[in-house]
Amino acid sequence: MTAGRVDPAAGDWRGPRRPYDLVKEFIVALVVVSLLTVVLALLFSSPNEKGVTLEQWARKAPNDFIATTVSELAGTSTSAGYGPPYNHSSTGQQIGPLHLQKWAGVRIPVDPARAFVIDPLRTMTGDAAVQAAVRRYEAAPSAQQDQWAGAYADALSKAPGGDPAQVAAGDYGPVPAMATGLLGLAQSGALDSQLVNAGTGFYQADYTKPLLFLADGGYLADLAQAQHLSGNQWGMMNETGNFPGQPWLWLYTFWYQVRPFSTSTNADALVWGLMMLLSLALVLVPFIPGVRSIPRLLPLYRLVWRSYYREHGAPRR
Amino acid sequence: MSIEALVDLTGPGRYLDWRFIQISGANFAVIVLMLVVFVLALFLPFPGGRGAGKR
Amino acid sequence: MSRAPASGRAEERSTWTGWLRARTLDAMPPEHLLPDTQPAYVASWIYVFGVLALTAFVVVCASGLVIALKGPTWWQVSSRGHFVNSLHLWSVELFFFFMVVHLWGKFFMAAWRGRRALTWITGAVIFLASIGTAFTGYLVQQNFDSQWISTQAKDGINATGIGAFWNVLDFGQMLLWHVALLPLAVSVLIVLHILLVRKSGVVPPIGVDLDGRVEGAAAKEAAP
Repeated sequence: MTAGRVDPAAGDWRGPRRPYDLVKEFIVALVVVSLLTVVLALLFSSPNEKGVTLEQWARKAPNDFIATTVSELAGTSTSAGYGPPYNHSSTGQQIGPLHLQKWAGVRIPVDPARAFVIDPLRTMTGDAAVQAAVRRYEAAPSAQQDQWAGAYADALSKAPGGDPAQVAAGDYGPVPAMATGLLGLAQSGALDSQLVNAGTGFYQADYTKPLLFLADGGYLADLAQAQHLSGNQWGMMNETGNFPGQPWLWLYTFWYQVRPFSTSTNADALVWGLMMLLSLALVLVPFIPGVRSIPRLLPLYRLVWRSYYREHGAPRR
Repeated sequence: MSIEALVDLTGPGRYLDWRFIQISGANFAVIVLMLVVFVLALFLPFPGGRGAGKR
Repeated sequence: MSRAPASGRAEERSTWTGWLRARTLDAMPPEHLLPDTQPAYVASWIYVFGVLALTAFVVVCASGLVIALKGPTWWQVSSRGHFVNSLHLWSVELFFFFMVVHLWGKFFMAAWRGRRALTWITGAVIFLASIGTAFTGYLVQQNFDSQWISTQAKDGINATGIGAFWNVLDFGQMLLWHVALLPLAVSVLIVLHILLVRKSGVVPPIGVDLDGRVEGAAAKEAAP
């Protein structure tokens, strides 16, 4: 394989041949694989854990829903501080000097406080108290808004179980009323359809906003944790229940479990950068010295071609 | 028409733990089976493999 | 087996169509494309995993086609639909299973020898493209998996900058990628991969020249 040397394996085979029916092999394989698929499907079916609705979240974990709503207003939620491609609140992750996330830009603009909280509350035109709260919030300077929301978020985190009913007294402005208003809207089921609206009117196919909002809360992550799907549980490989998942992602999910990735705030960028390099290496195996010699050093090929070697002699090691 | 699975895999997942390695029983089974099949493919005689190769 | 050059005649050179036909026949003479014999060394079970992966892909496409014919929500509301989804899932698991064993086998045979590097490269790209295709499949199931996987995966994909253009939270975009663009890409790559295999033939054993002689095997042949 060295440059300049003639590759002994390049060209047409002039040695002995044997009959081999490729078409028959294909048909037999197709029948076998089809039957195997049917048998596996009948035996094991397939997983289908129902999706979570915002209504379900608001009903099952109202305190988490309230805390998440307040964090959107306070600018402390994951989405609120995300950066590109959703907003400018941070520069995102980087791979060494490559600020790919920042360079790609804000192409899917989402302002979480407005999109997840204020805009939906404005649709509650029948609720005068909520409308008054929104008007008061919007009329206040942004420093005041942040102070109200930040103070209420702090107070919620100190209240037993995050229960809004047990929050210490303080100056939270209209924020509690807004949070409670959104909770009611979500519990009615109305928020689910409102957040999907991506500005296309009647037809919808883009779930960016409700998914970002749902992922900002703890409810979805708790359900995933219970199913062993979290990032620190090798979750990318896993499937709900006892079904096999995507075992081919083992290497990708492996990196998240070890240092420096497991402790880095830049882990996604670093792991993706590394996996892109390793994927490129897989593609270019024939050209990588050392790697391409492993088959000669670990001679499993002698098993593959043992009948040929038996009849025609085995090559030198 | 209702098609029920003969083996119910929807229950709580079983997981194997070694140090920092966590793997689901199902994924572990798939990977072990791949290795077993690979080894079998290397060792099992292929029909018509011997004695063939006459020009 | 020698093949006659198909590109010799002048009239075949005079039109673009004739040129294309001559080039095609040159690169892919029928006896290379669909041979009814194989070199004597093609005698191991490891050789069947390519065709097993290929047929599993056929079953993946067939079951996916049924789901596509009925629409994306069908499998959520019909038990027949759920069964076809099961066929789709298990054929995908088989596809990856066979593809990985095929990849291991070809690696340990150093099957890229003899100007076959492009065959290896297309195969590795098929593996990577299949991972992307399977991933988008998880995103369009409209269940808990879709919600969790999309919201988790967005961070990695956004970190590369790709997420700004390829939004894993956009069900419509992912559905079209999953049912049209990615399967088309994988199919084209598979066709290319198989044509390359047929063009060059199955790689000879390590240490064997094209006349079938084994280097350094004299001692063995001299033995009684």
